[in-house]
Amino acid sequence: MSDVYIIGAGIHKFGRTEERSGRDQGVFAVREALKDASLEWSDIQFAAGGSHAAGKADIMLSDLGLTSIPFVNVFNGCATGGSALATAKSAIAAGDCDIALAVGFDKHPRGAFNADPKAYGLPDWYGQTGMMMTTQFFALKMQRYMQLHNISRETLGKVAEKSFRNGEKADHAWRRTPIDLDTIMNSQMINDPLTKYMFCAPGEGGVALILASEKKVRELGADAVKIASVSIRSRPPGSFEVYQPTIDIVNDGKPTILASKAAYEQAGIGPEDIDVAQLQDTEAGAEIMHMAENGICEDGEQEKWIAEGRTELDGSLPINTDGGCIACGEPIGATGLRQVYENVAQLRGRGGARQVANKPKTAYSHVYGAPGLSGITILEV
Amino acid sequence: MSASLQPIAPNLWSEGPEPQLLGGRDSDGKIFFPIPEDEAAKDVDVVKLSRTGTLWSYTKQEFQPKPPYDGPKDFEPFLVGFIELPGEIIVESHIVETSLEQLTLGMKMELVITAFDGSRSMYAFRPEQSK
Repeated sequence: MSDVYIIGAGIHKFGRTEERSGRDQGVFAVREALKDASLEWSDIQFAAGGSHAAGKADIMLSDLGLTSIPFVNVFNGCATGGSALATAKSAIAAGDCDIALAVGFDKHPRGAFNADPKAYGLPDWYGQTGMMMTTQFFALKMQRYMQLHNISRETLGKVAEKSFRNGEKADHAWRRTPIDLDTIMNSQMINDPLTKYMFCAPGEGGVALILASEKKVRELGADAVKIASVSIRSRPPGSFEVYQPTIDIVNDGKPTILASKAAYEQAGIGPEDIDVAQLQDTEAGAEIMHMAENGICEDGEQEKWIAEGRTELDGSLPINTDGGCIACGEPIGATGLRQVYENVAQLRGRGGARQVANKPKTAYSHVYGAPGLSGITILEV
Repeated sequence: MSASLQPIAPNLWSEGPEPQLLGGRDSDGKIFFPIPEDEAAKDVDVVKLSRTGTLWSYTKQEFQPKPPYDGPKDFEPFLVGFIELPGEIIVESHIVETSLEQLTLGMKMELVITAFDGSRSMYAFRPEQSK
Protein backbone atom coordinates (compact mmCIF):
# COMPACT_ATOMS: atom_id res chain seq x y z
CA MET A 1 0.00 0.00 0.00
CA SER A 2 1.34 3.42 -0.91
CA ASP A 3 1.51 6.28 1.57
CA VAL A 4 -1.29 8.81 1.83
CA TYR A 5 -0.91 12.43 2.94
CA ILE A 6 -3.06 15.29 4.21
CA ILE A 7 -2.41 18.36 2.08
CA GLY A 8 -5.30 20.60 3.09
CA ALA A 9 -7.18 21.22 6.33
CA GLY A 10 -10.20 23.45 6.88
CA ILE A 11 -12.45 24.09 9.86
CA HIS A 12 -15.63 25.95 10.67
CA LYS A 13 -15.49 27.45 14.14
CA PHE A 14 -16.96 25.12 16.76
CA GLY A 15 -19.66 26.24 19.18
CA ARG A 16 -22.94 27.77 18.14
CA THR A 17 -23.60 29.36 14.76
CA GLU A 18 -27.36 29.85 14.79
CA GLU A 19 -27.62 31.16 11.24
CA ARG A 20 -25.77 28.29 9.58
CA SER A 21 -26.89 24.67 9.24
CA GLY A 22 -24.54 21.86 10.18
CA ARG A 23 -24.08 20.94 6.54
CA ASP A 24 -23.30 24.54 5.60
CA GLN A 25 -20.60 24.50 8.27
CA GLY A 26 -19.26 21.42 6.49
CA VAL A 27 -19.32 23.23 3.14
CA PHE A 28 -17.47 26.15 4.74
CA ALA A 29 -14.80 23.78 6.04
CA VAL A 30 -14.39 22.14 2.62
CA ARG A 31 -13.81 25.53 0.99
CA GLU A 32 -11.24 26.39 3.66
CA ALA A 33 -9.47 23.09 3.07
CA LEU A 34 -9.40 23.64 -0.71
CA LYS A 35 -7.94 27.10 -0.16
CA ASP A 36 -5.34 25.66 2.19
CA ALA A 37 -4.33 23.07 -0.43
CA SER A 38 -4.54 25.61 -3.32
CA LEU A 39 -7.00 23.34 -5.12
CA GLU A 40 -10.41 23.74 -6.78
CA TRP A 41 -13.43 21.60 -5.97
CA SER A 42 -13.11 20.06 -9.46
CA ASP A 43 -9.74 18.60 -8.37
CA ILE A 44 -11.43 16.33 -5.79
CA GLN A 45 -11.91 12.82 -7.18
CA PHE A 46 -13.49 11.02 -4.23
CA ALA A 47 -15.25 12.06 -1.02
CA ALA A 48 -16.35 10.46 2.23
CA GLY A 49 -18.11 12.19 5.07
CA GLY A 50 -21.06 12.48 7.35
CA SER A 51 -22.82 13.81 10.39
CA HIS A 52 -24.75 12.24 13.24
CA ALA A 53 -27.64 14.68 13.44
CA ALA A 54 -27.24 17.19 10.59
CA GLY A 55 -28.09 15.14 7.54
CA LYS A 56 -26.34 13.36 4.71
CA ALA A 57 -22.99 14.71 3.56
CA ASP A 58 -23.33 14.11 -0.18
CA ILE A 59 -26.06 16.77 -0.35
CA MET A 60 -23.09 19.19 -0.07
CA LEU A 61 -22.42 18.50 -3.75
CA SER A 62 -25.30 20.88 -4.57
CA ASP A 63 -23.23 23.68 -3.04
CA LEU A 64 -19.73 22.53 -3.92
CA GLY A 65 -20.39 21.46 -7.50
CA LEU A 66 -22.06 18.49 -9.19
CA THR A 67 -18.84 16.87 -10.36
CA SER A 68 -20.32 13.33 -10.29
CA ILE A 69 -17.56 12.02 -8.01
CA PRO A 70 -18.23 9.01 -5.80
CA PHE A 71 -19.33 10.28 -2.37
CA VAL A 72 -19.59 7.80 0.52
CA ASN A 73 -21.96 8.89 3.30
CA VAL A 74 -20.65 7.86 6.71
CA PHE A 75 -22.91 7.41 9.74
CA ASN A 76 -20.71 5.95 12.43
CA GLY A 77 -21.32 7.87 15.63
CA CYS A 78 -18.25 9.47 17.17
CA ALA A 79 -16.08 7.58 14.67
CA THR A 80 -17.83 9.25 11.71
CA GLY A 81 -14.83 11.49 11.03
CA GLY A 82 -12.32 8.70 11.53
CA SER A 83 -14.29 6.40 9.27
CA ALA A 84 -14.49 9.09 6.58
CA LEU A 85 -10.73 9.56 6.85
CA ALA A 86 -10.11 5.81 6.67
CA THR A 87 -12.38 5.50 3.62
CA ALA A 88 -10.73 8.38 1.76
CA LYS A 89 -7.28 7.08 2.65
CA SER A 90 -8.14 3.59 1.37
CA ALA A 91 -9.41 4.97 -1.92
CA ILE A 92 -6.05 6.65 -2.52
CA ALA A 93 -3.95 3.78 -1.19
CA ALA A 94 -5.82 1.38 -3.49
CA GLY A 95 -4.93 3.58 -6.45
CA ASP A 96 -8.54 4.51 -7.20
CA CYS A 97 -7.78 8.24 -7.08
CA ASP A 98 -5.05 10.74 -6.20
CA ILE A 99 -7.00 13.42 -4.34
CA ALA A 100 -9.83 12.73 -1.89
CA LEU A 101 -11.90 14.59 0.70
CA ALA A 102 -12.84 13.55 4.23
CA VAL A 103 -15.48 15.77 5.84
CA GLY A 104 -17.48 15.74 9.06
CA PHE A 105 -19.97 18.21 10.49
CA ASP A 106 -22.77 18.36 13.03
CA LYS A 107 -25.26 20.47 14.91
CA HIS A 108 -26.87 19.37 18.18
CA PRO A 109 -29.42 21.10 20.40
CA ARG A 110 -28.41 22.32 23.86
CA GLY A 111 -28.14 19.94 26.79
CA ALA A 112 -27.02 16.36 27.28
CA PHE A 113 -27.57 13.86 24.47
CA ASN A 114 -30.77 11.85 24.63
CA ALA A 115 -30.83 8.68 22.59
CA ASP A 116 -33.64 6.37 21.56
CA PRO A 117 -33.14 3.03 23.37
CA LYS A 118 -34.57 1.07 20.41
CA ALA A 119 -31.92 2.51 18.06
CA TYR A 120 -29.32 0.92 20.35
CA GLY A 121 -31.17 -2.38 20.75
CA LEU A 122 -32.10 -1.54 24.34
CA PRO A 123 -35.43 -1.85 26.17
CA ASP A 124 -37.61 1.24 26.67
CA TRP A 125 -37.45 1.03 30.47
CA TYR A 126 -33.70 1.63 30.36
CA GLY A 127 -34.33 5.08 28.88
CA GLN A 128 -37.48 5.75 30.92
CA THR A 129 -35.67 5.21 34.21
CA GLY A 130 -32.95 7.73 33.35
CA MET A 131 -30.06 5.30 33.16
CA MET A 132 -29.31 5.70 29.43
CA MET A 133 -27.11 8.75 29.93
CA THR A 134 -23.67 9.43 28.48
CA THR A 135 -22.77 11.68 31.42
CA GLN A 136 -23.57 8.89 33.90
CA PHE A 137 -21.45 6.42 31.99
CA PHE A 138 -18.35 8.60 32.23
CA ALA A 139 -19.02 9.39 35.89
CA LEU A 140 -19.47 5.70 36.74
CA LYS A 141 -16.33 4.74 34.84
CA MET A 142 -14.30 7.53 36.46
CA GLN A 143 -15.69 7.03 39.99
CA ARG A 144 -14.39 3.47 39.95
CA TYR A 145 -11.14 4.39 38.21
CA MET A 146 -10.34 7.14 40.73
CA GLN A 147 -10.82 4.83 43.69
CA LEU A 148 -8.86 1.95 42.15
CA HIS A 149 -5.97 4.09 40.91
CA ASN A 150 -5.83 6.96 43.41
CA ILE A 151 -6.74 9.84 41.14
CA SER A 152 -7.80 12.96 43.06
CA ARG A 153 -10.74 15.21 42.33
CA GLU A 154 -8.31 18.09 41.97
CA THR A 155 -6.60 16.30 39.08
CA LEU A 156 -9.96 16.20 37.30
CA GLY A 157 -10.24 19.94 37.82
CA LYS A 158 -6.73 20.58 36.54
CA VAL A 159 -7.45 18.75 33.30
CA ALA A 160 -10.49 20.95 32.66
CA GLU A 161 -8.51 24.06 33.62
CA LYS A 162 -5.90 23.16 30.97
CA SER A 163 -8.65 22.66 28.37
CA PHE A 164 -10.01 26.18 28.84
CA ARG A 165 -6.49 27.64 28.93
CA ASN A 166 -5.66 25.96 25.61
CA GLY A 167 -9.06 26.81 24.13
CA GLU A 168 -8.34 30.49 24.64
CA LYS A 169 -5.43 30.11 22.21
CA ALA A 170 -7.37 28.25 19.48
CA ASP A 171 -9.35 30.29 16.94
CA HIS A 172 -11.72 27.40 16.25
CA ALA A 173 -12.53 26.67 19.92
CA TRP A 174 -15.93 27.43 21.46
CA ARG A 175 -14.96 28.16 25.10
CA ARG A 176 -12.19 30.73 24.91
CA THR A 177 -12.16 32.11 28.43
CA PRO A 178 -9.90 30.53 31.05
CA ILE A 179 -11.74 29.20 34.10
CA ASP A 180 -9.85 28.83 37.39
CA LEU A 181 -9.60 25.58 39.31
CA ASP A 182 -11.86 26.69 42.18
CA THR A 183 -14.66 27.68 39.81
CA ILE A 184 -14.37 24.34 37.99
CA MET A 185 -14.35 22.32 41.22
CA ASN A 186 -17.28 24.26 42.68
CA SER A 187 -19.46 24.45 39.58
CA GLN A 188 -22.76 22.59 39.48
CA MET A 189 -22.39 18.86 40.12
CA ILE A 190 -23.63 16.90 37.08
CA ASN A 191 -22.82 13.31 38.04
CA ASP A 192 -20.43 12.89 40.97
CA PRO A 193 -17.41 13.24 40.68
CA LEU A 194 -17.91 15.35 37.56
CA THR A 195 -18.96 19.00 37.66
CA LYS A 196 -20.40 21.12 34.87
CA TYR A 197 -17.08 22.62 33.77
CA MET A 198 -15.45 19.19 33.58
CA PHE A 199 -17.82 18.19 30.78
CA CYS A 200 -17.89 19.01 27.11
CA ALA A 201 -21.22 20.11 25.67
CA PRO A 202 -22.92 18.95 22.48
CA GLY A 203 -22.29 21.68 19.92
CA GLU A 204 -21.72 22.48 16.26
CA GLY A 205 -18.87 22.57 13.81
CA GLY A 206 -17.39 21.25 10.59
CA VAL A 207 -13.97 19.97 9.51
CA ALA A 208 -12.60 18.97 6.12
CA LEU A 209 -9.32 17.33 5.19
CA ILE A 210 -7.90 16.89 1.70
CA LEU A 211 -5.86 13.77 1.16
CA ALA A 212 -3.42 13.06 -1.65
CA SER A 213 -1.18 10.33 -3.01
CA GLU A 214 2.58 10.62 -2.75
CA LYS A 215 2.75 11.29 -6.48
CA LYS A 216 0.32 14.17 -6.15
CA VAL A 217 2.16 15.62 -3.15
CA ARG A 218 5.35 15.78 -5.23
CA GLU A 219 3.54 17.26 -8.22
CA LEU A 220 1.92 19.99 -6.12
CA GLY A 221 4.88 20.56 -3.82
CA ALA A 222 2.33 20.47 -1.01
CA ASP A 223 2.87 21.16 2.72
CA ALA A 224 1.98 17.55 3.47
CA VAL A 225 1.55 15.48 6.62
CA LYS A 226 1.74 11.69 6.28
CA ILE A 227 -1.06 9.50 7.63
CA ALA A 228 1.01 6.85 9.40
CA SER A 229 -2.05 4.87 10.50
CA VAL A 230 -5.80 4.95 10.92
CA SER A 231 -7.48 2.29 13.00
CA ILE A 232 -11.05 1.84 14.18
CA ARG A 233 -12.23 -0.86 16.57
CA SER A 234 -15.67 -1.69 17.96
CA ARG A 235 -16.15 -3.13 21.45
CA PRO A 236 -14.67 -6.51 22.42
CA PRO A 237 -16.25 -8.95 24.89
CA GLY A 238 -16.14 -7.91 28.54
CA SER A 239 -16.03 -4.18 27.94
CA PHE A 240 -17.88 -1.39 29.76
CA GLU A 241 -19.41 1.02 27.27
CA VAL A 242 -21.78 3.93 27.13
CA TYR A 243 -25.44 2.80 26.89
CA GLN A 244 -24.89 -0.60 28.46
CA PRO A 245 -27.24 -1.85 31.23
CA THR A 246 -24.91 -4.70 32.26
CA ILE A 247 -21.21 -5.53 32.32
CA ASP A 248 -19.56 -8.95 32.16
CA ILE A 249 -17.94 -10.18 35.37
CA VAL A 250 -14.61 -10.31 33.55
CA ASN A 251 -14.40 -6.79 32.18
CA ASP A 252 -11.01 -5.81 30.88
CA GLY A 253 -11.89 -5.46 27.18
CA LYS A 254 -11.59 -1.94 25.79
CA PRO A 255 -12.01 -0.85 22.16
CA THR A 256 -9.51 1.97 22.70
CA ILE A 257 -6.75 -0.43 23.77
CA LEU A 258 -7.36 -2.55 20.66
CA ALA A 259 -7.52 0.41 18.27
CA SER A 260 -4.47 1.96 19.88
CA LYS A 261 -2.31 -1.17 19.61
CA ALA A 262 -3.31 -1.60 15.97
CA ALA A 263 -2.50 2.03 15.20
CA TYR A 264 0.95 1.89 16.82
CA GLU A 265 1.72 -1.36 15.04
CA GLN A 266 0.62 -0.03 11.65
CA ALA A 267 2.73 3.10 12.15
CA GLY A 268 5.68 1.07 13.42
CA ILE A 269 6.11 3.29 16.50
CA GLY A 270 5.17 3.24 20.18
CA PRO A 271 3.57 5.68 22.60
CA GLU A 272 7.04 6.91 23.65
CA ASP A 273 7.52 8.26 20.11
CA ILE A 274 4.43 10.53 20.17
CA ASP A 275 5.13 14.29 20.40
CA VAL A 276 1.57 15.64 20.70
CA ALA A 277 -1.79 13.94 21.31
CA GLN A 278 -5.51 14.68 21.12
CA LEU A 279 -7.56 12.30 23.29
CA GLN A 280 -11.32 11.90 23.65
CA ASP A 281 -12.22 14.16 26.57
CA THR A 282 -15.98 13.97 26.82
CA GLU A 283 -15.15 15.00 30.35
CA ALA A 284 -11.94 15.49 32.30
CA GLY A 285 -11.93 11.92 33.59
CA ALA A 286 -12.08 10.54 30.06
CA GLU A 287 -8.84 12.35 29.17
CA ILE A 288 -7.21 10.83 32.27
CA MET A 289 -8.43 7.27 31.64
CA HIS A 290 -7.69 7.48 27.93
CA MET A 291 -4.06 8.39 28.66
CA ALA A 292 -3.63 4.88 30.04
CA GLU A 293 -5.85 3.14 27.49
CA ASN A 294 -3.76 4.66 24.70
CA GLY A 295 -0.53 3.42 26.28
CA ILE A 296 0.76 6.88 27.21
CA CYS A 297 1.18 5.99 30.89
CA GLU A 298 0.25 3.29 33.38
CA ASP A 299 -3.02 3.37 35.31
CA GLY A 300 -2.59 5.78 38.22
CA GLU A 301 0.46 7.59 36.85
CA GLN A 302 -1.79 10.37 35.57
CA GLU A 303 -1.88 11.94 39.03
CA LYS A 304 1.87 12.59 38.82
CA TRP A 305 1.84 13.45 35.11
CA ILE A 306 -0.74 16.17 35.60
CA ALA A 307 0.78 17.51 38.83
CA GLU A 308 4.06 17.92 36.93
CA GLY A 309 2.38 19.60 33.96
CA ARG A 310 3.57 16.98 31.49
CA THR A 311 0.41 17.29 29.38
CA GLU A 312 0.55 21.10 29.14
CA LEU A 313 1.52 22.87 25.90
CA ASP A 314 5.11 23.11 27.16
CA GLY A 315 5.13 19.64 28.74
CA SER A 316 6.80 16.46 27.55
CA LEU A 317 3.58 15.25 25.85
CA PRO A 318 1.04 18.04 25.28
CA ILE A 319 -2.53 16.66 25.25
CA ASN A 320 -5.59 18.34 23.75
CA THR A 321 -3.69 21.38 22.55
CA ASP A 322 -6.80 23.18 21.26
CA GLY A 323 -8.72 22.52 24.47
CA GLY A 324 -10.24 19.28 23.18
CA CYS A 325 -13.94 18.56 23.42
CA ILE A 326 -14.15 20.43 26.74
CA ALA A 327 -13.26 23.74 25.05
CA CYS A 328 -14.46 22.97 21.52
CA GLY A 329 -17.70 21.14 22.31
CA GLU A 330 -18.80 17.90 20.74
CA PRO A 331 -20.43 17.92 17.32
CA ILE A 332 -20.35 14.14 16.92
CA GLY A 333 -19.65 13.98 13.17
CA ALA A 334 -16.90 16.60 13.28
CA THR A 335 -15.06 15.92 16.50
CA GLY A 336 -12.69 13.20 15.28
CA LEU A 337 -11.58 15.27 12.30
CA ARG A 338 -11.10 18.32 14.54
CA GLN A 339 -8.48 16.35 16.43
CA VAL A 340 -6.74 15.50 13.17
CA TYR A 341 -7.04 19.13 12.02
CA GLU A 342 -5.33 20.23 15.23
CA ASN A 343 -2.56 17.67 14.78
CA VAL A 344 -2.02 18.81 11.18
CA ALA A 345 -1.70 22.41 12.45
CA GLN A 346 0.83 21.33 15.12
CA LEU A 347 2.94 19.25 12.71
CA ARG A 348 3.01 22.04 10.15
CA GLY A 349 4.10 24.48 12.86
CA ARG A 350 0.95 26.55 12.36
CA GLY A 351 -0.42 26.27 15.89
CA GLY A 352 0.09 29.97 16.63
CA ALA A 353 -0.21 30.77 20.35
CA ARG A 354 -0.83 27.08 21.12
CA GLN A 355 2.01 25.70 19.00
CA VAL A 356 3.96 23.09 20.95
CA ALA A 357 7.73 23.50 21.06
CA ASN A 358 10.52 21.44 19.54
CA LYS A 359 8.98 20.88 16.11
CA PRO A 360 6.74 17.85 16.73
CA LYS A 361 7.22 14.96 14.29
CA THR A 362 4.46 12.58 15.32
CA ALA A 363 0.90 13.31 16.42
CA TYR A 364 -1.76 11.00 17.82
CA SER A 365 -5.53 11.37 17.95
CA HIS A 366 -8.20 9.24 19.62
CA VAL A 367 -12.00 9.40 19.54
CA TYR A 368 -14.42 7.28 21.56
CA GLY A 369 -18.18 7.06 21.46
CA ALA A 370 -21.37 5.05 21.72
CA PRO A 371 -21.93 2.14 21.64
CA GLY A 372 -18.26 1.39 22.26
CA LEU A 373 -16.20 2.53 19.31
CA SER A 374 -12.69 3.96 19.16
CA GLY A 375 -10.78 5.52 16.30
CA ILE A 376 -7.07 6.37 16.26
CA THR A 377 -5.09 8.35 13.70
CA ILE A 378 -1.31 8.78 13.82
CA LEU A 379 0.29 11.47 11.66
CA GLU A 380 3.95 12.04 10.86
CA VAL A 381 6.11 14.63 9.15
CA MET B 1 -44.67 -0.44 48.63
CA SER B 2 -48.22 -0.09 47.42
CA ALA B 3 -49.57 -3.23 45.77
CA SER B 4 -51.25 -1.17 43.07
CA LEU B 5 -47.95 -0.32 41.37
CA GLN B 6 -47.36 -1.97 38.01
CA PRO B 7 -43.83 -3.14 37.10
CA ILE B 8 -42.24 -0.71 34.62
CA ALA B 9 -41.71 -3.66 32.28
CA PRO B 10 -42.67 -7.36 32.45
CA ASN B 11 -40.23 -10.15 33.34
CA LEU B 12 -37.57 -8.00 35.00
CA TRP B 13 -37.96 -9.64 38.42
CA SER B 14 -39.77 -12.55 40.08
CA GLU B 15 -42.87 -12.14 42.22
CA GLY B 16 -43.01 -12.99 45.91
CA PRO B 17 -41.66 -11.72 49.22
CA GLU B 18 -38.04 -12.14 48.14
CA PRO B 19 -38.00 -11.01 44.50
CA GLN B 20 -35.02 -11.74 42.27
CA LEU B 21 -33.98 -10.24 38.94
CA LEU B 22 -34.68 -12.55 36.00
CA GLY B 23 -31.85 -13.15 33.57
CA GLY B 24 -31.00 -15.52 30.76
CA ARG B 25 -28.25 -18.16 30.75
CA ASP B 26 -26.85 -19.53 27.51
CA SER B 27 -25.36 -22.99 26.94
CA ASP B 28 -21.89 -21.67 27.90
CA GLY B 29 -23.23 -20.46 31.24
CA LYS B 30 -22.98 -16.79 30.30
CA ILE B 31 -25.60 -14.65 32.05
CA PHE B 32 -27.65 -11.92 30.38
CA PHE B 33 -29.92 -9.25 31.86
CA PRO B 34 -32.64 -8.47 31.01
CA ILE B 35 -33.81 -11.76 29.50
CA PRO B 36 -32.91 -11.64 25.80
CA GLU B 37 -35.84 -11.26 23.45
CA ASP B 38 -36.74 -12.47 19.95
CA GLU B 39 -33.98 -14.31 18.11
CA ALA B 40 -31.53 -13.97 21.00
CA ALA B 41 -34.03 -15.62 23.38
CA LYS B 42 -33.95 -18.99 21.62
CA ASP B 43 -30.85 -20.38 23.27
CA VAL B 44 -31.15 -19.09 26.83
CA ASP B 45 -32.78 -20.50 29.94
CA VAL B 46 -34.45 -18.07 32.32
CA VAL B 47 -32.63 -17.94 35.65
CA LYS B 48 -33.18 -16.06 38.91
CA LEU B 49 -30.19 -13.85 39.71
CA SER B 50 -28.60 -13.30 43.10
CA ARG B 51 -30.52 -10.94 45.41
CA THR B 52 -27.28 -9.59 46.79
CA GLY B 53 -24.06 -8.28 45.37
CA THR B 54 -21.33 -5.67 45.74
CA LEU B 55 -21.17 -2.09 44.56
CA TRP B 56 -19.01 -1.86 41.39
CA SER B 57 -19.45 1.88 40.82
CA TYR B 58 -21.94 4.64 41.56
CA THR B 59 -22.90 8.24 40.87
CA LYS B 60 -25.80 10.61 41.38
CA GLN B 61 -28.03 11.89 38.58
CA GLU B 62 -28.25 15.55 39.56
CA PHE B 63 -30.16 16.97 36.60
CA GLN B 64 -33.44 15.92 35.00
CA PRO B 65 -32.69 13.85 31.89
CA LYS B 66 -34.49 14.65 28.64
CA PRO B 67 -37.04 12.14 27.32
CA PRO B 68 -37.19 9.19 27.00
CA TYR B 69 -36.71 9.70 30.77
CA ASP B 70 -40.20 9.38 32.18
CA GLY B 71 -39.76 9.79 35.92
CA PRO B 72 -41.87 11.68 38.46
CA LYS B 73 -42.91 15.18 37.38
CA ASP B 74 -41.17 16.76 40.35
CA PHE B 75 -37.65 15.64 39.58
CA GLU B 76 -35.55 14.51 42.51
CA PRO B 77 -31.87 13.65 41.95
CA PHE B 78 -31.33 9.91 42.27
CA LEU B 79 -28.43 7.53 42.86
CA VAL B 80 -27.43 5.05 40.20
CA GLY B 81 -24.71 2.44 40.05
CA PHE B 82 -23.60 -1.00 38.97
CA ILE B 83 -23.96 -3.98 41.29
CA GLU B 84 -21.82 -7.06 40.80
CA LEU B 85 -23.88 -10.20 41.33
CA PRO B 86 -21.18 -12.72 42.28
CA GLY B 87 -20.28 -15.07 39.45
CA GLU B 88 -23.19 -13.82 37.35
CA ILE B 89 -23.19 -10.32 35.88
CA ILE B 90 -22.82 -6.64 36.82
CA VAL B 91 -26.19 -4.87 36.62
CA GLU B 92 -26.98 -1.16 36.36
CA SER B 93 -29.58 -0.03 38.86
CA HIS B 94 -31.04 2.82 40.81
CA ILE B 95 -29.70 2.86 44.38
CA VAL B 96 -32.12 3.73 47.20
CA GLU B 97 -32.35 4.19 50.96
CA THR B 98 -28.86 5.69 51.26
CA SER B 99 -26.84 8.76 50.25
CA LEU B 100 -23.88 9.43 47.98
CA GLU B 101 -21.62 9.99 50.99
CA GLN B 102 -22.35 6.53 52.34
CA LEU B 103 -21.43 4.66 49.18
CA THR B 104 -18.04 3.00 48.61
CA LEU B 105 -16.81 0.46 46.08
CA GLY B 106 -17.32 -3.12 47.18
CA MET B 107 -20.03 -2.49 49.77
CA LYS B 108 -22.74 -5.14 50.08
CA MET B 109 -26.03 -4.38 48.35
CA GLU B 110 -29.39 -6.11 48.12
CA LEU B 111 -32.29 -6.03 45.69
CA VAL B 112 -35.46 -4.16 46.57
CA ILE B 113 -38.55 -3.38 44.50
CA THR B 114 -39.37 0.28 44.84
CA ALA B 115 -41.83 2.86 43.52
CA PHE B 116 -40.51 4.48 40.32
CA ASP B 117 -43.39 6.97 40.22
CA GLY B 118 -47.01 7.08 41.37
CA SER B 119 -48.07 4.11 39.27
CA ARG B 120 -45.01 2.02 38.42
CA SER B 121 -42.49 -0.08 40.31
CA MET B 122 -38.84 -0.66 39.44
CA TYR B 123 -36.00 -2.77 40.76
CA ALA B 124 -33.30 -1.04 42.77
CA PHE B 125 -30.50 -1.93 45.16
CA ARG B 126 -29.91 -0.66 48.69
CA PRO B 127 -27.11 -1.26 51.18
CA GLU B 128 -27.58 -4.73 52.66
CA GLN B 129 -29.43 -4.56 55.95
CA SER B 130 -28.00 -6.65 58.76
CA LYS B 131 -30.31 -9.48 59.69
